[in-house]
Amino acid sequence: MRLNSPARQQAVSVAIATGAYGVSFGALSIAAGLDVWQTMALSLLVFTGGSQFAFIGVIGAGGAPLAAIVTSTFLGVRNGFYGVALAPVMRPLAGARRVWAAQVTIDESTAVALAQPADDVAARRQGFWWTGVGVFITWNLFTIVGAALGTAIGDPSRWGLDAAAAAAFLALLWPRLAARHTQLVALVSALVALALTPVLPAGMPILAAAVVAVIAGWRAPRAGERVPE
Amino acid sequence: MSHHTWIWIAILASAALAWGIKYAGHSVPEHWLANPRVHRIAGYITVSMLAALFAVQAFTTRGALVLDSRVAAVGVAVVLLWRRAPFWLVVLAAALTAALLRWAGLP
Repeated sequence: MRLNSPARQQAVSVAIATGAYGVSFGALSIAAGLDVWQTMALSLLVFTGGSQFAFIGVIGAGGAPLAAIVTSTFLGVRNGFYGVALAPVMRPLAGARRVWAAQVTIDESTAVALAQPADDVAARRQGFWWTGVGVFITWNLFTIVGAALGTAIGDPSRWGLDAAAAAAFLALLWPRLAARHTQLVALVSALVALALTPVLPAGMPILAAAVVAVIAGWRAPRAGERVPE
Repeated sequence: MSHHTWIWIAILASAALAWGIKYAGHSVPEHWLANPRVHRIAGYITVSMLAALFAVQAFTTRGALVLDSRVAAVGVAVVLLWRRAPFWLVVLAAALTAALLRWAGLP
């Protein structure tokens, strides 16, 4: 394997770093009550970390399968915008290549692609494919490792896996909290979800929090206000 | 149908929707999604739902608000995120904190 370009080097390091938290996903999915095959299917077929964690979070809390579908789908909406942002780099994309490009369009592949110089389309494309395919391989391999660990250890809360799941969501959220207004949106969303938890079925309080996002995004941002990607 | 079967259906439906959204992004005319309001809401949806998922996972158990060893674990996670620790370390440290406190007899 030749790693003679910055795009490839970044892709490989991102694939290793991101893949490693596939271990947490695999273990937490088992702790949430899914079996090994279901856990592997989520990583192979859904393949977008936030949505997968959301899916097992809702199921683990006793939520309905429909609530898990809706929550995981809402969290995957941003991937649609990545395809649009990548249009100048990736199009035209024919047939099977578009099918496969769609599957590996995630936070990491988009970020590495767009981190390459704007005038170097070849480097951007290389960044996209190497990161997307690289993370796909590591994420799925590490998911199996995590699922095996999760199966071996028994009662999840004794090992702090409920706390680990909370920390995983917080770590996914953290890099998006740079702007003050976004911090406020996160805080209000968390409070809405907590307030509704005793009165709504599991999973629904999380969907209700999405209303906060619609209200926050509806009006035009003030001068200098930063909006999350 | 059994709960197990429903989970499988939910996984396949989530997968179809996740892929469909990604594929649509690569297929629609670029100007369709240029609406700034749609862009802003999509950005905030990710933040809102991750914050809600975090709060429910950290501070509730089966529909009730609960403060237990997870609070200390979240504190450790915050410090590590502040110090820019990698994802796996944050998750592992949170698990260890809660596991140790529970081993010591706390809820």
